[in-house]
Amino acid sequence: MYKLTLAARYLIKRPITWIAVLAVAVCVFMVLVVLTIMTGLLQEFEQKNHRWVGDAVVTTDSLVGFPYYGQFIEKLEQTDYVYAASPVVRTYALLSYRGSDWNRPTELVGIDIETFARVTAFNEALYYNREDYKNAFKPPHNTDADGAVMGVGMVATSAPDGTYQRSQFPPVFAFDLTSFPLTARGALARAGLGIVSSQQFYFSDDVQSGLAEVDTSHIYIPFQRAQLLAGMDGPPERASAIHIKFAPGITTEQGTREIAALWADFVEENSDASQAFLLDQVRVESWRTFRRAVIAPIEHERTLMIAIFGLIAIITVFIILVIFYMIVAHKTKDIGILKSLGAVRWGILQLFLGFAFLTGVAGSIIGTSAGIGFLMRINQIEQWLYENYNFQLWDRRMYDITEIPSAVDTTTVVVIALAAIAICLIGAFIPSLKAANQQPVKTLQVAQV
Amino acid sequence: MTDNSKILTAHKIHKTYRMGAARVKVLKGVDLTVKTGEFVAIVGSSGSGKSTLLHILGALDKPDSGTVKYLDMELTAARNGQLNRYRNKTVGFVFQFYHLLEELNVLENVYIPTMVSKSVFGWFGVRSEAKKRARRLLEQLGLSDRLKHKPYQLSGGERQRVAIARALMNKPDLLLADEPTGNLDSKTGNSILKIFDELHSQGQTIVMVTHDDNIAARAQRIVALQDGVIKGKNKCAPLK
Repeated sequence: MYKLTLAARYLIKRPITWIAVLAVAVCVFMVLVVLTIMTGLLQEFEQKNHRWVGDAVVTTDSLVGFPYYGQFIEKLEQTDYVYAASPVVRTYALLSYRGSDWNRPTELVGIDIETFARVTAFNEALYYNREDYKNAFKPPHNTDADGAVMGVGMVATSAPDGTYQRSQFPPVFAFDLTSFPLTARGALARAGLGIVSSQQFYFSDDVQSGLAEVDTSHIYIPFQRAQLLAGMDGPPERASAIHIKFAPGITTEQGTREIAALWADFVEENSDASQAFLLDQVRVESWRTFRRAVIAPIEHERTLMIAIFGLIAIITVFIILVIFYMIVAHKTKDIGILKSLGAVRWGILQLFLGFAFLTGVAGSIIGTSAGIGFLMRINQIEQWLYENYNFQLWDRRMYDITEIPSAVDTTTVVVIALAAIAICLIGAFIPSLKAANQQPVKTLQVAQV
Repeated sequence: MTDNSKILTAHKIHKTYRMGAARVKVLKGVDLTVKTGEFVAIVGSSGSGKSTLLHILGALDKPDSGTVKYLDMELTAARNGQLNRYRNKTVGFVFQFYHLLEELNVLENVYIPTMVSKSVFGWFGVRSEAKKRARRLLEQLGLSDRLKHKPYQLSGGERQRVAIARALMNKPDLLLADEPTGNLDSKTGNSILKIFDELHSQGQTIVMVTHDDNIAARAQRIVALQDGVIKGKNKCAPLK
């Protein structure tokens, strides 16, 4: 009982321990805030990619695409692990306005909007036709004309808070999309003056996937139109990818594995087909692998942050160690007194480890409370900083976020708090052991000097 | 006092300290016997080894050779657990510099030996009784109005009285005092010695270390320590 009493008194009465508590609190605060924000950004980014891609993709890097996609989709739809599948054409095109010299390259995506909306969250990302997504390719002013859905970053500019300003009704304007149609062998499909395919589209809607690189470069048009522009209209017709959504209860890994096996069988079945050589370039990937190139840098950023804060945690161990050495040195007399009163070695060790434990608990409580409080108001704080000092910590346009992620994960809080307490115990262990091993007579003599 | 049996026996105690490269022989074969109820004063000049001897008798230090026996228990061969219990239950220490715990108040400083001997649950079983005894001791020593004071709020004499109360808390067989008045003025020191006289008259066995012959004269028996050995014939006073 004396251990608990004295440990609590040391914590309350010794000002030097407040420094240890403060060191732990600051460490907990920083780790909690950074980990919450970075994890939130990563999760949000992953979620956006997942929603944009679907669960898995059968895809090829070739601009030529691959044939027989329709047959494979039929096979997919017959399985019990696929909920929906949608073919997609991907190619590059030049965007230009008639009568203007201005142009820019874009990534052209041909989709069958009905099936694509079942596989991805495309329909939810539309602005004007969210409720009536089947008409997203129909310009309101002329529903018979060919419409195109543009990435929001191509038609609107974002405010510093990450929101886009749009007019109440879709603006009426037309533009040309020009592409090089390719044969199955990768050669230009046409010769002479008609070497390119060009078609006029009217703006019919914009889409905000939340992925900056997608929203500033992608234009979506109906699947068959894209096939024509890319030269994939056959025969046999070709597609660049099949996006797939799994049935409920099917994990990404499990579903991807099943589809890879199904695809291998499909390739074998079609090995004698005229364009079978294109099937060899096709691969089956989960959404995460498909978007690896953009997810990995953010993952690395988060890992780097964790590593940096891991180093801070190590520094905290040394701060605690130094503080505890000082406390033990200061408390040498107490150790001698307690031993002269019959306190055992283990009891002295427990006393100082208990003191370290209380230091860790106090630091964790303060750091966690401050961290949660800060995270709850982080967006207001940042808004205030922006309004008063024009300072923005996270560029909303770069991360394509409207709010800084601030949802605190209970498990993360518990792990950080436990780690902080463990750090205190580790930092205090050596000085505590040293204290426990001290000879009572020596400590009492030292105290007399 | 009727029982004159040996309570503590030290036989051929040797102790050497290293001071850098030098080795200082502090005790060179000391023999000492303390009987139950005796008030023994160990006198000697500074560096004569009297405090070292007291620490060895109280199991705060170990001799290089020789034996110390408390009744039938040989302290020099005892395990750590036995020594801890000996320090907690059998011996009460009074130091020159009081050695109170600054974080605790007077009352807590007095009952801490009982806390040390008990687990958390064990302590809750005896807590009220321990507090009652600590209050009684402090009352007897004239400190009933200082229970909640911190050691730094007390005078030297008051601190020493708290230290005596703490030493008596677990009703020890032996009270070991190392220069208990060494840090006090003569008037206050005299009041402390009166407490020792009173305790002795109640049958408490006391071993006190002092360099002052006048203070030693208050004891029933004087043991003179010089250059690590007991010198001359010990003065013995009749048992009170």
